[in-house]
Amino acid sequence: MTENPSHLPPSGPFLSRREALQATAAAAALATWPSASEAETSAAPAGAGTSAAAVPAVTLTMTVNGRAHTLTIDPRQSILDVLRETLNLTGTKKGCNQGACGACTVLVDGRRIVSCLTLAAMHDGSRIETIEGLEKDGALRPLQEAFVEHEGLQCGFCTPGQIMSGLGCIAEGHAGSPEEIRFWMSGNICRCGAYPGIVAAVADAAGRM
Amino acid sequence: MFPFVLEKTRSIEDAIAAAASGARYIAGGTTLVDLMREEVEMPDRLIDINGLPLDAIRIEGDDVVIGALARMADVAANPDVQRLQPLIAESLIEGASPQLRNMASMGGNLLQRVRCPYFRMLDAPCNKRSPGSGCSAIDGLNAAHAILGTSDHCVATHPSDVAVALVALDATMRVRGPEGERSFPVEELFRLPGDTPHLEHTLLPGELITEIRVPGGPYSRRARYLKVRDRASYEFALVSAAAALLIEDGVIREVRLAAGGVGTRPWRLRDCEAQLVGKRPERQAFAEAAALAPQGARPLHHNRFKVVLLPRTIVRALEMAGEVA
Ligand SMILES: Cc1cc2nc3c(=O)[nH]c(=O)nc-3n(C[C@H](O)[C@H](O)[C@H](O)COP(=O)(O)OP(=O)(O)OC[C@H]3O[C@@H](n4cnc5c(N)ncnc54)[C@H](O)[C@@H]3O)c2cc1C
Ligand code: SF4
Ligand code: FES
Ligand code: FES
Repeated sequence: MTENPSHLPPSGPFLSRREALQATAAAAALATWPSASEAETSAAPAGAGTSAAAVPAVTLTMTVNGRAHTLTIDPRQSILDVLRETLNLTGTKKGCNQGACGACTVLVDGRRIVSCLTLAAMHDGSRIETIEGLEKDGALRPLQEAFVEHEGLQCGFCTPGQIMSGLGCIAEGHAGSPEEIRFWMSGNICRCGAYPGIVAAVADAAGRM
Repeated sequence: MFPFVLEKTRSIEDAIAAAASGARYIAGGTTLVDLMREEVEMPDRLIDINGLPLDAIRIEGDDVVIGALARMADVAANPDVQRLQPLIAESLIEGASPQLRNMASMGGNLLQRVRCPYFRMLDAPCNKRSPGSGCSAIDGLNAAHAILGTSDHCVATHPSDVAVALVALDATMRVRGPEGERSFPVEELFRLPGDTPHLEHTLLPGELITEIRVPGGPYSRRARYLKVRDRASYEFALVSAAAALLIEDGVIREVRLAAGGVGTRPWRLRDCEAQLVGKRPERQAFAEAAALAPQGARPLHHNRFKVVLLPRTIVRALEMAGEVA
């Protein structure tokens, strides 16, 4: 699962051991993470392998896909965790959880970011857009259409992040040529290698938008 | 993740007071959250400094002054930065990914921690993480590690790209702490590992980086950053070079040169600079000067290639800087 370009060397026995460790850690985190309602009532959710010291919960508001939410969360939760586990918006994917794959890309106040490295508690009042918010009255956005037309995906795991990042790339004015698109979409890793379709989709949508 | 307390502040004084009593600053979080999740760093108190008025980018005379909380993406896209200090813009864009640059701050970038994989492997000896435990990289997988400035205790490179440009350009930084304010060259922020590899920078407890000042020189506009890495983008440098040139009457009058990916801190190349002044900007002169760059290199088993790649990268960066109209 882990695509981790930032940790050198890129391959070798110890990285695969590391991957195994990470997979275990991720599973443990999922198993022990409190639901929103638990977090509200008990302010001391168990962190994997740590003391049970109290963590004061944080209350904040966040507008997600146009809907305002008042949330009481654990300060350890990333925006990604809040989206997936508190708000049940599982379109945004957890890949590496380390900023390295782009699967968790969302727009915060109009800018693309990796939501896994962003503590939600630092974003009181933020406006967040996720893949779930793109469709309007049953119609897909041009970039979504383009991903379908150009087969910009195989397994689809990275697709929500690719699309959110593609929206950012186009809005920033970095979709002028295939080379430019490749450079400015490099924060999104696709295990299947569907890049030609992804680049074509972003180029096509940039032309239409 | 382990438990911690998160506080916010809008006052620089309060932030410094909190940090002086043990809290850690958090800006973009792209280094800190990552290391906290892996329990490499375990601060129990975080102070969110994003409410501080430290994100402006301004021009003062010939200087570009960049707030510590300015985002990498905003600095790189700033028209004044692009015009007056293209090396800063280019080195930023060559670092991380667009999503990370939208969050990551300039101050946090300078204080990012090493990317040595053993530093993050809690069960591997690492003097930087646990002083005295040993260094797994010296006899391990060290293709990405440093050849300059290393010690028997740590051989990790400093990973920042923009720091290489800032060191080349004689940038200074302003910090504020419990004892007041001071300014010093960015180069002096970084320590060599020596026998204290866990101490990476020269900030005093509680000190907050407030701004970075890049002095403009006539060489600033003819400046390029070249980053050599395993793939074309979104990867840390194997070797990088920042080069700025002033050419007058067909002769190099001034030059600024620094390298990344090879040193335990951003590596200023003053001997190469001295060698170039007064020479014609030609490949032969570039190559003779660049040959001095690996002076004192102590290559490891897997990173000998850097001794050859470093001068080549410098030559190419100088050629690119010379080509800038
Ligand atoms: C996948 C990945 C790839 C990357 N690739 C590159 C790359 O190619 N090149 C590159 O240069 N970088 C790269 N980075 C690193 C990235 O640029 C840094 O993580 C980022 O710049 C840190 O900034 P931040 O604001 O998020 O810092 P934070 O994580 O918030 O803080 C980092 C450290 O700085 C301290 N700090 C922050 N601001 C201040 C301040 N004003 N005063 C005093 N202390 C402060 C914090 O206490 C902490 O110790 C990469 C990161 C990731 C995750
Ligand atoms: S090179 Fe430095 S960071 Fe890496 S294992 Fe050795 S001591 Fe730790
Ligand atoms: S999950 Fe991989 S970048 Fe966030
Ligand atoms: S990872 Fe499967 S389509 Fe990209």
